[in-house]
Amino acid sequence: MEPISTPHDYLPVLVQAAIAVGFVGFALSAAAFLGPRLHGRKKEESFECGIEQQGDARRPFSVKYLLIAILFVLFDVEVIFLYPWAVNFKALGAVGFVEMVVFVGFVLAGLYYVLRKGVMRIE
Amino acid sequence: MAALFYILAAISVISALTVVGARNPVNSVIALVVCFLSIAGHYVLLNAQFLAMVHVIVYTGAIMVLFLFVIMLLNLNKPGGPRKSLAMRLAAAVAGGLLFLTLAAAVRQGVAITPAAGFDPGVGLVRHVGQVLFTEFLLPFEVSSVLFLSAIVGVVMLAKKDKDEAPDPHITGPERARRTA
Repeated sequence: MEPISTPHDYLPVLVQAAIAVGFVGFALSAAAFLGPRLHGRKKEESFECGIEQQGDARRPFSVKYLLIAILFVLFDVEVIFLYPWAVNFKALGAVGFVEMVVFVGFVLAGLYYVLRKGVMRIE
Repeated sequence: MAALFYILAAISVISALTVVGARNPVNSVIALVVCFLSIAGHYVLLNAQFLAMVHVIVYTGAIMVLFLFVIMLLNLNKPGGPRKSLAMRLAAAVAGGLLFLTLAAAVRQGVAITPAAGFDPGVGLVRHVGQVLFTEFLLPFEVSSVLFLSAIVGVVMLAKKDKDEAPDPHITGPERARRTA
């Protein structure tokens, strides 16, 4: 029996998170201190590409995109079940493999339905 | 460890208050992401590592994407949102105050929570969750896949009701006539 992992094993994650947040904070504050400040109507436009901007970026869009997001959530939850299965793959043996094939089979049936319905096709 | 808990708890509470108080809904979502991450930290402190991972991947990753999509769909151009009437605000204050009173009374009663069994520090690890999930709780696990299937079908049925959608090229003949009717 291998020793169980404890919260102390997550110390590297904490250190990495601290470094990531620290770097972003440093970069943003350094940019605020060192960078020049120029204001003006042209400067504060959303896009400075020489083309006049038209309208607003915030406009209603098709619910199809939300559909893709919801499907992403569903398949994300499915992937969650793969993690404990992968960790126990050898211990569970052939029975565990069949269990997971049945599970993935059902979800794949859903994916086939989604593709047949043409949800992923966006004009 | 205790210091870490208090830091995480402070981050959780402050970010949760920011979620409620932020004027811009996108700022609310970002604060909610911070809140979820700090709660995942709490799970790690409790050695519920599987739960921590699920929390980060599903809630912080997927659910927040859904929230951002909903904000985009809502088209919230006006900052601040609609002003509530005085009666509405009064009712909200009374309801919130009563809930706070109930919670405070419950905490003051000091309900002694005793664990049903001795604490096993390995119970929340991915390996142990998997061992139980694929043996003892096999049927609920397989039924959850049927639940996913029904959720996928339900989502598609609900959302894909555009009348002007292009006819499905896979469906031909009488089937197409029936669907377009």
